[in-house]
Amino acid sequence: MASFHSLYSQIQIHGPYDEGLPLRGDESPRLIKPFLNRWIGKIGDPQIGPTYLGFCGIASLICGFIAIEIIGLNFWASVHWNPVAFIEGMAWHRLDPPEAKWGFTPFVPLAEGGWWIWAGFFLTASILLWWCRMYLRAKALGMSTHVAWAFASAIFLYLSIGFIRPMLMGSWHEAPPFGIIPHLNWTASLSVLYGNFYYNPFHCFSIAFLYGSVLLFAMHGGTILAVSRFGGERETEEIVDRGTAAERGALFWRWTMGFNATFESVHRWAYWFAILTTFSGAIGILLTGTVVDNWYLWGVKWGLAPEYPATYPDMTLPPDIAEQVRAITEAPGRSTAMVPPAPEATQ
Amino acid sequence: MSMLSFERKYRVAGGTLIGGEMFDFWIGPFFVGFFGVTTAIFATLGTALIVYGAAIGPTWNIWQIDIAPPAIEYGLGLAPLREGGLWQIITVCAAGAFISWALRQVEISRKLGMGFHIPIAFSFAIFAYLSLEVFRPIMLGAWGHGFPYGIFAHLDWVSNVGYQGLHFHYNPAHMLAVTCFFGTTLMLAMHGGVILSAVNPPKGEPVKHGQHENQYFRDTIAYSIGPLGIHRLGWFAAINAGFWSAICILISGPFWVGGWPYFYDWYLQLPFWNDMGLGGLG
Repeated sequence: MASFHSLYSQIQIHGPYDEGLPLRGDESPRLIKPFLNRWIGKIGDPQIGPTYLGFCGIASLICGFIAIEIIGLNFWASVHWNPVAFIEGMAWHRLDPPEAKWGFTPFVPLAEGGWWIWAGFFLTASILLWWCRMYLRAKALGMSTHVAWAFASAIFLYLSIGFIRPMLMGSWHEAPPFGIIPHLNWTASLSVLYGNFYYNPFHCFSIAFLYGSVLLFAMHGGTILAVSRFGGERETEEIVDRGTAAERGALFWRWTMGFNATFESVHRWAYWFAILTTFSGAIGILLTGTVVDNWYLWGVKWGLAPEYPATYPDMTLPPDIAEQVRAITEAPGRSTAMVPPAPEATQ
Repeated sequence: MSMLSFERKYRVAGGTLIGGEMFDFWIGPFFVGFFGVTTAIFATLGTALIVYGAAIGPTWNIWQIDIAPPAIEYGLGLAPLREGGLWQIITVCAAGAFISWALRQVEISRKLGMGFHIPIAFSFAIFAYLSLEVFRPIMLGAWGHGFPYGIFAHLDWVSNVGYQGLHFHYNPAHMLAVTCFFGTTLMLAMHGGVILSAVNPPKGEPVKHGQHENQYFRDTIAYSIGPLGIHRLGWFAAINAGFWSAICILISGPFWVGGWPYFYDWYLQLPFWNDMGLGGLG
């Protein structure tokens, strides 16, 4: 093997710092004097900083700090300020949204979910301010704003889960809790409560785009690394003036699967796959409970899933549950196909 | 003939692993090679058997076609065609086609003077597939532990096997795999976005290159890994998504038979917590 990895890239090159492109007048100065790190240089560019904060950055960090403080102090309070229990249960602590009885009102006592609303407010403010920063820095550098719009797609999913769907359902209780294990439990419970998300077609799309994104990055990353000996990682240069790296990368896929992207279009594939992962996920969330109550039964209705035989045909439902099932089944304008038939024992 | 303007000078002989010059030619845009022939045979036979399996099955509904592995009673033995034998042959065909495809990628890489990063990455996806359909069933002692071939049939399998572990989100390797999936997609959005925003600038602005890409991420997140580094990181994270997916299912059953939520009991029961005299979580 040759002793170089790439013709051009700054990998473990310890030369003069890149002090940063000149600012355009009305901006605040950059922070962090640039410095080099040998370990980071083993993978990528060894230089850290300089960075830009400005109004949006500072406001975003403050809001994010407040959100994390609210969440963390609630965790600590939940174990009666016991420091050991706080650390021991870090993955299990939870800050829950208000109970269903509070509906969607913003005025909930702090101890009954009000803290959750405030934490969500500040976290959302922090994220939106960070979005402004991603947008404004692109503008300030004379670039387009693609990254900010991809970020917007992720924010749309976040807002759909934590705000828009609870609003449509009329209850904060539909939103997930803060907490590591608790939010995973919420995810699994939501899926099962609404009839298994595997039958939610927009969940299918989201997963397909997620796996597709990973496949694309494996293909694209592999291609660029494989042609870096020809300077292939200088993608923008190869886009405006095609060289042998781009030609070989294109021919690899043409010869492999009969089709190839270009050095520019592969980034469009990448960009849209990643954006559609969160966007279609958000659509799937917004339809759940608002339009579709049970994705399995929806799947049966449209021929996606077979109707499986009842697992416990002789099971007797508790009287109050049986009454609810009967009420739903017999309600006017309600299709009986939408709910499981009441077991014989209750009829 | 289906050749790009610059393609002719790259179409040279050599680089094959097997077969010398015998299969060293193209059909339309496709390179053939020895492994192209084996890929075609395995893929055609496997696809035909899937169609046959659908034909003798109860439905032509594309969503519900289900070609299942043998019942657990067959263990690691061969089953009659209609009772899982089809699944067994299809699995052999799939493995043969995937491995042939990877080796064909090696030949094409050699022909173009490229590194082997693409077939290496693909081999991790093959490893994940073989883990699900071959390695784990062997470890559990029955082909019936493989997933069925069918669109919603395989999703049902994932759902059922997941809930057999009570709650798969607690599987630590699953956590790593999901993190790699989400992380790779995040980085893909950032990378794709920054390249497009550099070469498609607003009206009146010149096209931007590496210096601006670096500056954008230094300005926004204090660090830019650079044009070579992002492809290393993305390639590595994508491979790890596949690798930890394989590990998370390999350990589920063969090495951990309880519910995954109980996996963390050792942590909560560490004597350390109570030795502090303060009482733990409860």
